[in-house]
Amino acid sequence: MGKSAFFSRLTGTRVIASNYPGTTVGFTKGSLKLGNEMVEVIDVPGTYTLEPTSKAEEVASEMLQSGDLVINVVDATNLERNLYLTLDLLEREVPVVVALNIWDDTKHRGIEIDPAKLEGLLGVPVVPTVAVSGVGIKELVERFPEATSPRSPVRTRDERWAAVGSIVNEVQAITHRHHTWRERLQDVSIDRFTGLPIAFLVLATSFYVVRFIGENLISHVMEPLFDKLWAPLMLELSELLGSSGFWHDVLVGKLFDGEIDFFQSMGVLTTGLFIPLGAVLPYVLAFYFVLGLLEDVGYLPRLAVLLDNLMHRLGLHGYAIIPTMLGLGCCVPAILATRILESRRERLIVATLIAIAIPCAASQAMIIGLVGEQGMQYVVAVYGILFAVWLVLGFVLNHTVRGFSPELLVEIPPYRLPVWRTTLSKLWMRVYGFLREALPIILLAILAISILYTLGVFDAIANFTAPLVSGVFGLPKEAVVAIVVGFLRKDIAIGLLAPLSLSAGQLVIGCVVLTMFFPCIATFVVMARELRLKGLIFAIGVMIIVTLIVGGLLNLVF
Amino acid sequence: MSENKQITVRQMRAGQSGKVVRIAGGVGLENRLNSLGIRPGKRITKLSSMFMRGPITIQVDRSQVAIGYGMAGRILVEVEGGKR
Repeated sequence: MGKSAFFSRLTGTRVIASNYPGTTVGFTKGSLKLGNEMVEVIDVPGTYTLEPTSKAEEVASEMLQSGDLVINVVDATNLERNLYLTLDLLEREVPVVVALNIWDDTKHRGIEIDPAKLEGLLGVPVVPTVAVSGVGIKELVERFPEATSPRSPVRTRDERWAAVGSIVNEVQAITHRHHTWRERLQDVSIDRFTGLPIAFLVLATSFYVVRFIGENLISHVMEPLFDKLWAPLMLELSELLGSSGFWHDVLVGKLFDGEIDFFQSMGVLTTGLFIPLGAVLPYVLAFYFVLGLLEDVGYLPRLAVLLDNLMHRLGLHGYAIIPTMLGLGCCVPAILATRILESRRERLIVATLIAIAIPCAASQAMIIGLVGEQGMQYVVAVYGILFAVWLVLGFVLNHTVRGFSPELLVEIPPYRLPVWRTTLSKLWMRVYGFLREALPIILLAILAISILYTLGVFDAIANFTAPLVSGVFGLPKEAVVAIVVGFLRKDIAIGLLAPLSLSAGQLVIGCVVLTMFFPCIATFVVMARELRLKGLIFAIGVMIIVTLIVGGLLNLVF
Repeated sequence: MSENKQITVRQMRAGQSGKVVRIAGGVGLENRLNSLGIRPGKRITKLSSMFMRGPITIQVDRSQVAIGYGMAGRILVEVEGGKR
């Protein structure tokens, strides 16, 4: 752990870094000025072995073949285990430098390492570093030219461990320290009795904090901004455009009693800007802030241990909770993160479950905004139904998808206090990513919707699909527009339910169906890439069947 | 240190320490455990286990590793006699 933080420091390229193994699942390229030369630096997923056991580790092993220099980032608090990979690297013909990272943590954990001695024994440069704060990075770069490949003899595994053992004995001294409060906290959070109540507390608090930040940003910042500043401007524009006509309808949209309704006007500059910035952004910001804290503290792997049992019923193991949690933000990184799982079967199951039953932050913001107006119990109903679908579908997939899923085997990182600089920079990357990806698609979608409306295309589709939409789901036939748009972005799709004056029950059905039905285009692309055609067809097939069943059943209940 | 007996990690009590004697599994399991530092000769301490055949967390050197119940049944340890 710590390689991505290291990479960011080295190249100035921003990458997501967290306190758990498996944050990096692909590789990122950056560059670094070395003398007068620009060199390429590649951040690869972590591994303790060059015999990969997961897709992410495969990426690391493959990248190694092409490098001219390997920066081996070693966790100084775990010297013995990390040196195994170092020795393995030294046996290959590639120059290595070693960064003794997390150096700041060694002292209070009672670990003393002699870097000079280690350097002598390994025969390559060894530099103590603290990646999150930048200590030692410059010195390490200065020593790149000294990197060599000291032609170690090729050893067997046992010989290698024996060599590691004797090196560690010479360079490291450990003094026993008493349990610190941090260690005590670590113990209780995976204890069989106290672990689950703590997990419940952590998740409930997280949810509450997300909602608190999101709501307050909306009601105290975004809504006043749009209502007091933007709306008058838009009304002036409306007048300027003559209050009607094609451009008026495209840019400003419909007026309701001479006023702009940001949820329903459907103009590119009104609804098109309000949905991403006014309604969704506050929740995206709040969600990723809280998720970032959980990641950086190192809580998520503990959640994986606690929920392992439950996840096994779904054909997964506990670590699948990490992509699932990411899915509450956005499906795209979530489906990429399934690479940390060992088998194709697990990846297929978890990706299918995420695409169907896990609403992204953008959808959730809209659900809370729209359904919440009818009463919080309906919001709870939407979440409850989706959770039930997740459980039941996982259970069914576990019993139908062939093969078996391996067991949990994962390192649990120590708790660390988040470093604000890295936590906030990660938050910025994710929020910026949302704006860059979502904003253009939303604006385009709104534009397309208003043009298609004017052409009457939607009426034709609505009549054609009426038996499905009205017959099965019990929604007005115009709701098909939302379903179609859901293919582009789920947040606007849910927003399109607003003008339909649905009953609370219909709103619940509408939100559940929109969340489950067809992934948005971005998710679709990443699923096609990660699951290949066969997996994609499987996931989409399951999705259609399950949505029809659940939507139909809900229609009978409400 | 009187008679030391061999048990699996599953059978250890929380807080108990022991030395890994053997990993009774395939090469695949051996390799994966190996890469996390769990191998014959290593001293490990069991930290916790979950209910209903849930995963077991052990301490090995300075790191904590969570191991599935099945795997934990295939790691044989020689426990240290007496109380901790």
